[in-house]
Amino acid sequence: MSVIEENVRRVIEGRGLPLRGDDIDTDRIIPARYLKCVTFDELGKFAFYDERFDEDGNAKEHPFNDRRFEGAEILVVNRNFGCGSSREHAPQSLMRAGIRAIVGESFAEIFAGNCLQLGIPVVTMSHEKVSELQGLLEEKPGTKLKLDIGEKKLEADGKLFEVEVNDSARKLLLSGTWDTTSLLLANRREIEEVARRLPYLQWRQTA
Amino acid sequence: MGENLFNKVWELHKVKTLPSGQDQLFIGLHLIHEVTSPQAFQMLRERGLKVLYPERTFATVDHIVPTDDLGRPFKDPLAEEMIEELEKNTAEFGIKFFNLDTEYQGIVHIIGPELGLTQPGMTIVCGDSHTSTHGALGAIAFGIGTSQIRDVLATQTLSMSRPKVRRINITGKLQNGVYAKDIILMIINKLGVNGGIGYAYEYGGPVIESLDIEGRLTVCNMSIEGGARAGYINPDEKTFDYIRGRMFAPRGDDFVKALKFWREIASDGDASYDDVVEMDADNLEPMVTWGINPGQSVPVSGKLPRIEDFPEEERGTAERAYRHMGFKEGEPIMGTKIDVAFIGSCTNGRLSDLREAAKIARGRRVAKGVKALVVPGSKRVARQAEEEGLDKIFREAGFQWRNAGCSMCLAMNPDKLEGRQISASSSNRNFIGRQGSPTGRTLLMSPAMVAAAAIEGAVTDVREMI
Ligand code: SF4
Repeated sequence: MSVIEENVRRVIEGRGLPLRGDDIDTDRIIPARYLKCVTFDELGKFAFYDERFDEDGNAKEHPFNDRRFEGAEILVVNRNFGCGSSREHAPQSLMRAGIRAIVGESFAEIFAGNCLQLGIPVVTMSHEKVSELQGLLEEKPGTKLKLDIGEKKLEADGKLFEVEVNDSARKLLLSGTWDTTSLLLANRREIEEVARRLPYLQWRQTA
Repeated sequence: MGENLFNKVWELHKVKTLPSGQDQLFIGLHLIHEVTSPQAFQMLRERGLKVLYPERTFATVDHIVPTDDLGRPFKDPLAEEMIEELEKNTAEFGIKFFNLDTEYQGIVHIIGPELGLTQPGMTIVCGDSHTSTHGALGAIAFGIGTSQIRDVLATQTLSMSRPKVRRINITGKLQNGVYAKDIILMIINKLGVNGGIGYAYEYGGPVIESLDIEGRLTVCNMSIEGGARAGYINPDEKTFDYIRGRMFAPRGDDFVKALKFWREIASDGDASYDDVVEMDADNLEPMVTWGINPGQSVPVSGKLPRIEDFPEEERGTAERAYRHMGFKEGEPIMGTKIDVAFIGSCTNGRLSDLREAAKIARGRRVAKGVKALVVPGSKRVARQAEEEGLDKIFREAGFQWRNAGCSMCLAMNPDKLEGRQISASSSNRNFIGRQGSPTGRTLLMSPAMVAAAAIEGAVTDVREMI
């Protein structure tokens, strides 16, 4: 498998950000009114906007507003994170808010796929381990995490956690080929063959 | 042992197994709208790529449409910018766009089936999670993100891992006043909002087979709310009758060939599945959500659940739901006062939905203080409803009759909840903030139940109004 060096995501080091709660949906990650845009550039500001600010724009208590977690790069979440809509705006806003990897109990599929397309590793651990890690980060904010996709390990404050990574995702991250367009386009001939064998592409339409 | 539809369609569309272990899958039909596509076209331009099969992508505009005033430019400059961007992109790359000035504009998941674009045995994607809707006609259909839209535009393929397939059998017989919406709310309530992660759902059994195509679209629409990226129903005679003669349906001899293909692609009688579950609908009542995800629902005659009765891992979400909704454990859902009633969306914005709601509205009045909207899912639905005089019934009852769009399903257009308002809604998501107010509250139910709630000013049992 060919490797694209600058896109390889093997080891990610950064401060951790604990964000507790199950079923955190994409409408909470990025409220729909911020989808009115034709580029993703400005989205970092709006991550979790309605949970971070009240209707008058005053900051509320939220891990993303907490000074102690400023500059964090690895988000630690619970169950079914990212459920709801397919909006890539959700991982885009997290990425633009500085998040480079997410550790959690489980993830909604479309969200996980969208993260992968951006080169953001999404890894899972048991409920107990995630809670332990979140507790550790809350106790010692600023703790540096080292996520090793190759070894499937996460190091935090001298403690070692084993993480699970989807096999295909792991290969794509380690080879730096998670941006799939050119990989897919290379099979142009095979694409055309499939198009020729699909019955419905040969039919005349009523219109 | 036979094969199920999902695996047959997957094999037929598989281009190659990629080094990552994922499959490269050919996409038969690609639908796009204004919200998730502009960045994908931008990525194409940056890379100097073109659209490989422009004739297999179709566009519409739905999320940002102001359903009361279609005058251009839109009053909201951001909305105007988004529609202009789609006009520019579709023109530049040669993609057919069912814009507002055509007769066919509507919510993307309404117009696909209605134009005959959606057909059995296809792979269908759209940058929208409710793409699962199209599975109702026997297609594999799922939502994708914007980077994947770029891949489909550039290569007509996607890199995907094959999910497992769960067969969900619904036995029994539906009572009068109980609809497809109630079936899918029951399924999500039983299997959980993340029970479907890693699965495609195949719905079957006597109750599903008895549904008309529009009911089936409602069921498949909400697969994603149960965590399943795709949900489908095997095509049968009803499916074929539905497609026949529609704009993009195969014609003449080709329709005969299509019938053969569609019959063969359905799951074999002895097909195997990774999992099978069965549920009975004999005693199913109209369902109403009380919380902040579509799994948190109760039968209309039921009481709100006790937090201690939830499995431990679900208690946190339940507590949060009670905090947001301001409801109390053990209260009945019946009688909950509402401020807004919304009939529409890709879940329940089709003609049969409007007919059922109109039966309830006919000769009655919307309760004082309730704002009630009926928003057809497409221009075609609106036209047919108007031909039948449904608009008149709604207007006379005090409902507003709007133009086609997503409207109050999500907060991207002027139709929004305000403050702590409670809305009875025929849409699909009761997430916090979904309907436009961060403190607003949403109760999901069938369109007939929404109409009943609008009339009573509170949640009520539609079966007593039929
Ligand atoms: S009606 Fe709602 S769920 Fe359907 S496409 Fe529009 S916004 Fe999405």
